Amino acid sequence: MITLALYYAFACFGLGLLITLWRVVFSPSIPDRILALDTMVVNVIALIVLFGMITGSGLYFEAALLFAMTGFVSSVAYAKFILRGDIIE
Amino acid sequence: MITEIIIAALLAIGGTFGLVGSYGLVKLPDLMTRLHAPTKASTLGVGGVLLASMADAALRQGTVSWHELLVTLFLFLTAPITANFIAKAHIARAMPREPLPPTGTARDWATLDLSDEPVMPQLTPPGRPGRPS
Repeated sequence: MITLALYYAFACFGLGLLITLWRVVFSPSIPDRILALDTMVVNVIALIVLFGMITGSGLYFEAALLFAMTGFVSSVAYAKFILRGDIIE
Repeated sequence: MITEIIIAALLAIGGTFGLVGSYGLVKLPDLMTRLHAPTKASTLGVGGVLLASMADAALRQGTVSWHELLVTLFLFLTAPITANFIAKAHIARAMPREPLPPTGTARDWATLDLSDEPVMPQLTPPGRPGRPS
């Protein structure tokens, strides 16, 4: 039953990743693209954690944590660049 | 058996919320409403998956792992900040100024305040909508 639920969650987050990828490519405005990239990072974190559950290895949580940090920093940097034309003033 | 049901339910809830959050990114009409879908639902979805992972480690393998809690805490802390930055970028770039209330200063919305003047927020005058539609 857990394996079935894992496959269901894999399918859901994979589909969500495809939707956000479509949104990144065909986005109506630049803040939309930042939002889509941020959602993409969240989906990838979920996929990494699910993969760690399926393999039973604890190694993937560090990867998920690193992804969360770099995703947050890059989203904020992109938004700041759009907002001010510069990142570190 | 009951632990399997709990873990499977958490996984199913997390997956469904993640999909709903990503679908709302495409479905909703305006950026301010689109901001709503992923920042709430995706963190709830990832939260469900991380709780399922914690329950899996604790109930089936007998080891307590705190990494998932760290990821959840980090996501919950950073999601509002990112949403705020995206909303500010949207207001500064593309939002029409007409539905916004006055800032109370000479500056525009979502711009940097370099002066020492105190910020005096004004109440929305009657007859004008208080929040951007």
